Amino acid sequence: MPDHESRPIVALAEAKKHFGPVRALDGVTLSVAPGDCIGLVGHNGAGKSTLVNLINGGLAPSGGTIRFDQGDDALTAGVRSVFQELSLCPNLSVAENLRISHSSLPRIGWRKPARAEMLASLDAIFPGHGIDVAGDVEIERLTIAERQMVEIAIGFAPRGSEARLVILDEPTSSLDAGIADQLLAHVKRFCAAGGAVIFISHMLGEVFEVASRIVVLKDGRIVAERATQDFTRQGLIDAMGHMTSDDASVETARQFGAEVLRTPEGLSARQGEIVGLAGLAGHGQAAALARFYLAKTSTWRASRTSDAVFVAGDRARDGVLPLWSILRNISIASLKLGARAGLVDRSAENEMAEGWKTRIGIRTDDLTRPILSLSGGNQQKALFARALANPAPIVVMDDPMRGVDVGTKQDVYAMIRAEAARGRTFLWYSTETEEVCQCDRVFVFRNGEISAELTGTEITEENILAASFEMQEAS
Amino acid sequence: MTRLSRYRILLPVLSLAILLAATFWMQPRAMSYFGLNLLFNLAVPIALATIAQMMIIMVNDIDLSLGAFVSLVACVTATFLHDTPLLGLAILAALILTYAALGAMIHALDLPAIVVTLGMSFIWGGIALFILPSPGGASPGWLRSLMTIKPPMIPMAIVAAITIAALTHLLIMRSGIGTVLRGVGGNARSVARAGWPVIRLKALAYGLAGLFGVLAGMALVGLTTSADANIALRYTLLSIAGVILGGGEFIGGKVSPVGAVIGALTLTLAASFLSFLRLSPDWQIGAQGAILILVLTARLIFSRRGAEA
Amino acid sequence: MILLRKPWIWSWAAAALTFALTIALTSGRGGSELAYAALSFGAFAAIVGLGQMLVITLGPGNVDLSIPATMTLSATLALKVMASEPGTAFLGLVIALAVGFGAGLANFALIFLLRLPPIIATLAASLIYQSLAIWSNRGLRIKPPEPLADFATGRFLGLPNVAWVGLTLAVAVWIILERSVWGRWLLATGQNMRAARLAGVPVERVRATTYVTVATFAGLAGYLLASFSGGAALNMGAEYLLMSIAVVVIGGSSIAGGDSNVPGVWGAALFMFLVVSMLNSYGAGAGVRNVLTGTIVIAIVIAASTRRLRP
Repeated sequence: MPDHESRPIVALAEAKKHFGPVRALDGVTLSVAPGDCIGLVGHNGAGKSTLVNLINGGLAPSGGTIRFDQGDDALTAGVRSVFQELSLCPNLSVAENLRISHSSLPRIGWRKPARAEMLASLDAIFPGHGIDVAGDVEIERLTIAERQMVEIAIGFAPRGSEARLVILDEPTSSLDAGIADQLLAHVKRFCAAGGAVIFISHMLGEVFEVASRIVVLKDGRIVAERATQDFTRQGLIDAMGHMTSDDASVETARQFGAEVLRTPEGLSARQGEIVGLAGLAGHGQAAALARFYLAKTSTWRASRTSDAVFVAGDRARDGVLPLWSILRNISIASLKLGARAGLVDRSAENEMAEGWKTRIGIRTDDLTRPILSLSGGNQQKALFARALANPAPIVVMDDPMRGVDVGTKQDVYAMIRAEAARGRTFLWYSTETEEVCQCDRVFVFRNGEISAELTGTEITEENILAASFEMQEAS
Repeated sequence: MTRLSRYRILLPVLSLAILLAATFWMQPRAMSYFGLNLLFNLAVPIALATIAQMMIIMVNDIDLSLGAFVSLVACVTATFLHDTPLLGLAILAALILTYAALGAMIHALDLPAIVVTLGMSFIWGGIALFILPSPGGASPGWLRSLMTIKPPMIPMAIVAAITIAALTHLLIMRSGIGTVLRGVGGNARSVARAGWPVIRLKALAYGLAGLFGVLAGMALVGLTTSADANIALRYTLLSIAGVILGGGEFIGGKVSPVGAVIGALTLTLAASFLSFLRLSPDWQIGAQGAILILVLTARLIFSRRGAEA
Repeated sequence: MILLRKPWIWSWAAAALTFALTIALTSGRGGSELAYAALSFGAFAAIVGLGQMLVITLGPGNVDLSIPATMTLSATLALKVMASEPGTAFLGLVIALAVGFGAGLANFALIFLLRLPPIIATLAASLIYQSLAIWSNRGLRIKPPEPLADFATGRFLGLPNVAWVGLTLAVAVWIILERSVWGRWLLATGQNMRAARLAGVPVERVRATTYVTVATFAGLAGYLLASFSGGAALNMGAEYLLMSIAVVVIGGSSIAGGDSNVPGVWGAALFMFLVVSMLNSYGAGAGVRNVLTGTIVIAIVIAASTRRLRP
């Protein structure tokens, strides 16, 4: 670690954040001094966003300390974050959005200075941006790229004090190359003038270009922290990867049936095949799956047999019906199968659910208990049971193993293999490389497009990482 | 300003202009000082009530008690404010504070505003009956003369509508605090993240709704000179319709005070227009519903076009 | 103590308490008359309440504000067609149900095709239904056919006929919610529409049938109420807007959707009537009655929310 003359803007010592049994951040020591530009890289679930949220005060640490050189909180220390999910008010104009986060604008006639400040910030970062600040256009009428530019500009704007540390989380994800270059140039100028930046990006070229130091996170810990020139691209990817003992049994090539699906993005699968979708989270995998599933099913018709079933990974948003018992949560997707005269056949329902409970190993003695009484892993098993109980030929899985313990995973892998052998096709999006390696074929997504198609022995963590991160030099 | 953002205010203006033109064509005599005064006479309390409803819709809630509340205010105005002005003012101030407290409670306990305000409508209605079991009371003299003032050239109703629109536009669209309030409707999380106490902002929005509800009730008594407990029950529906007609949306903090006042004028005019059409008054209420649906259909078409462009 | 954990028990307990308090005043006399009246008047609130409950079960933002207008319109048209002629009761019933069905279809068409929030869609539609009712009624008060009026005010096995209708409907709704595939779909949609859709539930069909059902129930309630009270009045539905939502909330259904409570609706319907008669017999005016009703509704919402906050 290079020595810093000046006091760090923020210093973390053994900072920890646990969510229940999950150690999202497991003791991180890091300091950011004026002039630093830290490139923060790591694979899905490495703890990047948790670390960011600890620094900006969005989360309180479970252990360790976080110190600022000015004041006690991130706001007074001049720490700003620009998030990947847009955090502007879509119904307000550019200047009005600045008003929300700028407390020291004058009461009367604040619009003019607000516009001037926004325009100055936008001009400084993105010369020739063409965003109509004076016209008071609402944010929702801007393009995604323009919104992201505004958000970045608000992050760097003085806002009555001064931005001293700006955290940029995937700031270039919706910017084109030319505008991204403008941002990188600004980051360099900002740091040269004594500001600090934490820069998170999947575009390794960008990280190499702007960062003075690169910090690699893995499993909630810093595994490497060196000056940028001490890293090579390959070394960086190696540092991010798991050092898993690679005893994954190489499956004997199985026989697959005819092609059963092909989507506009280029996703395809044959009968009995387990097809993986990989890449960094948020690069269009979940959207591709949802589009496919919604097109295969109807909001009006429900026939006895379905074409596809869905296993949700975001349980609260997409999966669990929270007021219901485990039993009802399992049976909802296959009620039509045993129904007579529109009434549910409750003994068949019970039998089916009990059968799946044993097959998939849901740990409960009573299926009429509320679904929320189960642990996350067992809730997930119930969602698997819900999908697999319906004999639909295609099973769509949207990162279904989030927060699931190792034992459960092994049970589910076996179940998926067995069902595939019976001729069901799986579309499996996963953020965990270990799971993707269970697949027969893998599509790697980057920026909403398929960047690589891997089969058989090509499916390695290294290849997936290489295809997930942009390897070209930032032009 | 882009072409699209103009639609939001263009559509309400257009609906009012078309309706007004049709009215004048049907009944040229309406195109006079007294004609206009007659047409828009009752628009002032409706416009104020619509602004009140807009404050609630601005923070993504809805107020089903507004009609009952305006009725209660009318009863208080026609009795206490007339007989013992100081006590009357104190009661009205307490009503506004109650509204603010409701807003804070709805936010703090995450209650469904629709049910809470529904319950409140019973309470307001009950108190109104208590104060004025049968129609009666009298308007304070100053209020009566304020509402029946005859300014030169332009009738009082128009002057009042323009004043209300201008003032609320300044308050909600131009001022800093108005911007933050709209921000609560747009993205409450980001407002909270910037360090604003959202609960106080919600209380403020509800308090403003209470204030404009009080003004609506007072204006109504100034026009009708007496009150009863059910005098303004239909304002609940009218005010919601007015906000929507004026280009407001149910969620996302997308409201327009000028639009809301225009929406209220449109609804008032729609009723008069039908009587000019010699259509039986049976259809007056229905016409308001039909206009609402028509305008919303037009807006859908506009926004689809806008999305394609 | 399993009974105490059922959310519907409270509305029944409240109804029983108010009943006892009212009877206490007359030291026990008039109890059966009071119960009979409560069952008669409660039946109308229960019928529209059951419909509103189905809509509210669909989840946040779903509510039918056109119930009063639909009641009035279907009652007016049914009475007009029957024209007080005997033997037309069945025809009238068909007309009333058809009007309700049509109103429900129109409501959902506005919601689905114009993508309007249900509140605005049913509100705008209700203005039109109201006008249609005024126009077709023309201020005339047509009496229901004699046999129909006798049925609506009559009794069977000691219970009012209208209560039998309301009870039958409640049992039917209960069976549908608890035992039918459609009921499961409705409950799933109300808990989490996205999750239900992803589990293969045809959510738009569920929504459409629900909005049609509530309007059909309103049509039936209007028909019965007009027959019961000797004709259709233009404001006959007015009190049922607040009533229909209040009985759902007091009955222990979740306002957030996905959890409905059929017995509670009946308990709450009886309670709402009994509160009024209790306050009447204690000499309280209409003002106090309303204040108390509103306070009860809000108190129940707050109680339900604090229960939710500490699971």
